[in-house]
Amino acid sequence: MSFEGIPVYKEKAYFKSAEHGGGEVKRHSFIVVGSGPIGLAMALFMARKGHQVTIVTAFDFIPAGSKGICYSKEALDIFDDLGIGERIVEKGVIWNVGKVFWGDSSDPVYQFDMLPVKDQKNPGFVNIQQYYVEDYLVDALEAMDNVQIRWGHKVSGIDVGENASTLTITTRDSKYQMASDYVLACDGSKSTIREFMGLDFDGRIFEDSFLIADVKFKQSRPSERWFWFDPPFNQGRTALLHKQPDDIWRLDFQLGWDVDRDAAIKPENMAPYIRGILGEDIEYEEDWVSVYTFQCRRMANFVHGRVIFAGDAAHQVSPFGARGANSGLPDVQNLAWKLDLILRGQAPESLLESYDVERTQGADENILNSSRSTDFITPKSETSTVFRDAVLELAGEYEFARPLVNSGRLSAPTPYHHSPLSTPDRDEFAVGPKPGQVCVDVPICQNGEYYWLLDSLDDGFTLLHFGQNPPQTNIQTLKLSDAGLAGQRYGAGTTYLVRPDKIVAARWANASENDVKQAHKKAITGEGK
Amino acid sequence: MKTSESLNTTANLQDCDTVYEALINAHEGLSDKDSAKLNAKLILFLINHIGNKNVILEAIEKSQAN
Repeated sequence: MSFEGIPVYKEKAYFKSAEHGGGEVKRHSFIVVGSGPIGLAMALFMARKGHQVTIVTAFDFIPAGSKGICYSKEALDIFDDLGIGERIVEKGVIWNVGKVFWGDSSDPVYQFDMLPVKDQKNPGFVNIQQYYVEDYLVDALEAMDNVQIRWGHKVSGIDVGENASTLTITTRDSKYQMASDYVLACDGSKSTIREFMGLDFDGRIFEDSFLIADVKFKQSRPSERWFWFDPPFNQGRTALLHKQPDDIWRLDFQLGWDVDRDAAIKPENMAPYIRGILGEDIEYEEDWVSVYTFQCRRMANFVHGRVIFAGDAAHQVSPFGARGANSGLPDVQNLAWKLDLILRGQAPESLLESYDVERTQGADENILNSSRSTDFITPKSETSTVFRDAVLELAGEYEFARPLVNSGRLSAPTPYHHSPLSTPDRDEFAVGPKPGQVCVDVPICQNGEYYWLLDSLDDGFTLLHFGQNPPQTNIQTLKLSDAGLAGQRYGAGTTYLVRPDKIVAARWANASENDVKQAHKKAITGEGK
Repeated sequence: MKTSESLNTTANLQDCDTVYEALINAHEGLSDKDSAKLNAKLILFLINHIGNKNVILEAIEKSQAN
């Protein structure tokens, strides 16, 4: 089954909204545009905070095709906040190890561990088809009575005002208009909102194309990411193998720039590549096939008055490194708590500027990492190829060359080096997450029961105190023993002010009530020292 | 390792004529392609040995000047 060439995983019921048929245009406080993982996660964050949520999406289905399959530890922690993390981990394939091969050798030249710090709730990575993630998000949204997902309601125009925008919505029946104070554009790399507003989306085009062949077969192989440089079945180019649930495997082959896309996806043309990895005697069936090219780019600003962009609509990277959805999710986690406080009148609207400052830093770091990986995978000059091959040749024998092998630096949380919301350290710290960094997980014991620290943080701000006598404030306080791992990871006797997105706003060796009060004010206004 | 360390541009090489000769001899009879590969490996060994990012970046910058 497909719709305008897009294969369908699950159909969703289109319905006429109450706003069809004209009359007075209803004003919403915000509208989420887009039903990909980022739009759905944005909607679920806001719904769980008690807001009335409306999502508009051109699709009246969840698309099939595995698409983005790698979800990072940070993304899983965010899914935990949304109540679907355990469902994703249960269905998904857990992996922590990546191996890199060169030529026809069956021994890796390099291998890496995606979870160097153990004793955390979530694994380094989970592979799962994107449609499962979207389906679980939709299930969670449909279970709430303050959410309306308008399937098949396409945005066909936007008139941006200072305080509110008017969206024109086209459906199979007719057109209608919606007004909204805020528009949250999570409508993907081809964002129609961005296009209608004529906003820039500049960056670097990479002259290369890749074939994704997701195939189904039964074979026992380790749950690891395998990457080849110059394998015999794709000489002079690269290949990638990843395990997904349901016996489906992601096979990805570099094709070069000038390729005939239609020819590339013919079964007889794909077979030699697939057989190169699987061998001659394994039966397989094609699940999803796609040829892609990519760019690394971002919008100059993610906040345009009260129209706010997140996910692929705002920034795009190469798929090597799994930095697409994994960087869109922290976007909406960051945006949701800020918008929530603003809508409640508990923070000034200027707090949104910090979303722009923080998440453009995140996007820059992702683009930097992604571009560097791409330059290693597809060297742009003869000399660049010579250095790449020299690294690979040395990596087999010499330990020093292995970290230089770059087959994708996989998504990791991006720290906010500069944030108007962070209070710089006054006290010396030997360990622990710095202001602007995400909290590290650790098992904690409360009243004889074990919990994970990240699960125990409040939905709002949390004051984490390791040791006796935490400062007395009106912020939700979690007093923990500073013995064992918690003390090792955070320091004994320390206090951390943690934001709703689990980012450290401030920390002290000796916190006073006033320290916490000032830092909290700064974290919700961007004002102060 | 001091991060403030800067590139040493004064004479620092032991028995410089022997080392220079070894460098030239290593390339003898090699095709341009193999020479380029040898140079690349040599640079990789040496930059790892130096280790200090600032020193290496400064050397790259000075090498770019004509």
